[in-house]
Amino acid sequence: MRTRNTRRVAALAAAVLGAGLALASCADDDDGGGASGTWPGADKTECKDLEQLADFGDLSGKEVGVYTSIVAPEDQAQKDSYKLFTTCTGAKVKYEGSKEFEAQLPVRVQAGNPPDIAFVPQPGLLKTLVATGKVVEAPSQVSDNVDEFFGEDWRAYGSVDDKLYAAPLGANVKSFVWYSPSMFADNGWEVPETWDDMLALSDTIAASGIKPWCAGIESGEATGWPATDWLEDVLLRTAGPDVYDDWVSHDVPFNDPQIAEALDQVGGILKNDKYVNGGIGDVKSIATTAFQEGGLPILDGKCAMHRQAGFYAANWPEGTNVAEDGDVFAFYLPTVSEDFGRPVLGGGEFVTAFSDDTVVQALQTYLSTDVWANEKAKNTPGGGWVSANKGLQVENLVSPIDQLSGQILQDPDAVFRFDGSDQMPGEVGANSFWKEMTAWITGQSTADTLDHIESSWP
Amino acid sequence: MSAGEKFVQLVICVAVFFGVVALILLVTSRLRSRSGERIQFAAFVLPAVLLIAVGLLYPAISTIITSFKDNTQTEFVGLDNYHTVFTDSQQLKVLRNTALWVALVPTLSTFIGLVYAVLVDRARMEKFAKALVFLPMAISLVGASIIWKFVYAYKDNENDQIGLANQVLKSLGFDTYNFLLNEPWNNLFLIVIMIWVQAGFAMTLLSASIKAIPEDIVEAARLDGVSGLKMFRYITVPSIRPSLIVVLTTISITTLKAFDIVRTATGGNFDTSVLAYEFYVQSFRSNNAGLGAALAVLIFVLVLPIVVYNVRQLRKLGA
Repeated sequence: MRTRNTRRVAALAAAVLGAGLALASCADDDDGGGASGTWPGADKTECKDLEQLADFGDLSGKEVGVYTSIVAPEDQAQKDSYKLFTTCTGAKVKYEGSKEFEAQLPVRVQAGNPPDIAFVPQPGLLKTLVATGKVVEAPSQVSDNVDEFFGEDWRAYGSVDDKLYAAPLGANVKSFVWYSPSMFADNGWEVPETWDDMLALSDTIAASGIKPWCAGIESGEATGWPATDWLEDVLLRTAGPDVYDDWVSHDVPFNDPQIAEALDQVGGILKNDKYVNGGIGDVKSIATTAFQEGGLPILDGKCAMHRQAGFYAANWPEGTNVAEDGDVFAFYLPTVSEDFGRPVLGGGEFVTAFSDDTVVQALQTYLSTDVWANEKAKNTPGGGWVSANKGLQVENLVSPIDQLSGQILQDPDAVFRFDGSDQMPGEVGANSFWKEMTAWITGQSTADTLDHIESSWP
Repeated sequence: MSAGEKFVQLVICVAVFFGVVALILLVTSRLRSRSGERIQFAAFVLPAVLLIAVGLLYPAISTIITSFKDNTQTEFVGLDNYHTVFTDSQQLKVLRNTALWVALVPTLSTFIGLVYAVLVDRARMEKFAKALVFLPMAISLVGASIIWKFVYAYKDNENDQIGLANQVLKSLGFDTYNFLLNEPWNNLFLIVIMIWVQAGFAMTLLSASIKAIPEDIVEAARLDGVSGLKMFRYITVPSIRPSLIVVLTTISITTLKAFDIVRTATGGNFDTSVLAYEFYVQSFRSNNAGLGAALAVLIFVLVLPIVVYNVRQLRKLGA
């Protein structure tokens, strides 16, 4: 009995080993290889503007993975906008969204398991990733498209050492102040054109018995980021884009008097007990109010203005009419002086590839075209998306606020600057800057705040 | 590589591993001599040792080495990271908070659990009363934190409240209070969340061991005129001492690893960060792997004596 059993075990072991070896040998991927066959879009009318994809040949049956921080419900519009790519090339896109994207992506890259393509929302993180040597330079088709459809500044945000790695994808405009058009009309208030007008309006509103401003900077572990946007937006207006660039690259120290002046200007609103925090509480309550809820008191008439990006449109309760003649809308955060044009603060994502497979390059190319930008606009029925792509037709954007963002992004007079904290090293841009701005709101002095951030710069 | 392919490879790897082990055992089972027994012994132990080495020892050693390197992991910086942990004002607050957590959570949850277990023991509705306290155990720490964040939600007196705690304060005529903001008290309000979850665990274990106290001991004590507090002090507590130690040490370790509550409720702001959360922030958000590793090593060093004590206690019981 015993011998029979051991024999059986031996046979089993051998079988398992054999199967393992056989399977392991055929587990090699069949990716790679140049273009082959004619592309499936050859005689389809909807593909005629995408002829550059013909270079990649027939990609039927191939798959390309996309890893992003864009999760439900916004992901559906992304997925829908890839259908044209599948129609024209035959390749499928596998979409994976994660809220832990920023923390997970470097881990995956380090572990040798990077996605094919990642939509990186921070130029700072892109730099870190490129430094690992795992990011693949953008192919020439993408580079040409970026030259054609994007401004030089956007190309620079996706480049490291003058080499283009990642083409811009979506964009957002942050220099907005949300308000209630009907509330303004009822009280005879006018949308302010200058910073001083805005402060005068704030005083008028404060005198009428409500606190004019409301804000919330609580955002879980990213608590503080809306306050960093405030500082960036104001710095662009008080010191100008050149100082802003030097500040981001740390050629101007974080505790420079010019930065302190801008922060005090922010404090004139955010730390002014007469101005904040409408419908919520005192100045300190800004720190514990979720950013999603920061502007909602406007709907109850308990607050008049809320500075937040265009994407805040998604946070108004269902049924709110977001339009110039509706329940809420936004105006451009006014300038402090005439010296620096019309500065615009914003953000965006960048298409970063970790593979040079044909199918990956094909998707990179598709995403950098004007065709995709318009396709995405049409596939976003709820609004809340815009791109800096110059080929994007503003009338394809659905919501009035997106159209306004689109106009601002394409306005030749606008001086666009990318969100500074997203470009700084992680120690500052994703940690001390957030933390110290939160501490500043809860009572820390301007000087201490800026000194602390300066000392944390690596 | 897709998840499906990875899964297939995983299954293949496990199968190959089993195959190899089976083969080794098969071969060594043929050995009959004294040295053969040693080889047999090695064949049984080696796979486990190997797995522990790959899964535990290697990461531990690599973490310790990382803790002596700078943020980009290129240069050795000696004890600089540890120096930061023990001198930087922010990090000192983290240490203070961790000490507060470790001092309060295990003692209070065990105390509350124990008192509750004694009080409801053999009472009417015992099962229902126990279920009430045990239920929070079934909620994840993140869920519990979100629930309590709503309880603590703050708006000033003039506005409608959405937070339960502040509505109670307002109804009683007090000013509303921003629970999560004012340091150091906000730490206590976070600790309350952990106690809320852990007291049920303590209560269940302790209640079971109270029920296991032999009836004759209780009876003998009663005949000697012991009752009430004295019964609790001289009979109940000494009889359940082993369970008490297990409960205390388990909760201590859980508390040292506390991460979810801080991350969800405050994001480590307002001076509420603790070691385990700070380790995560430094490693994965600030990209400062060196300092993160140093914090991880510190947690390891702090947990170690508790584990050693626990194991020794268990061994004493076994002997």
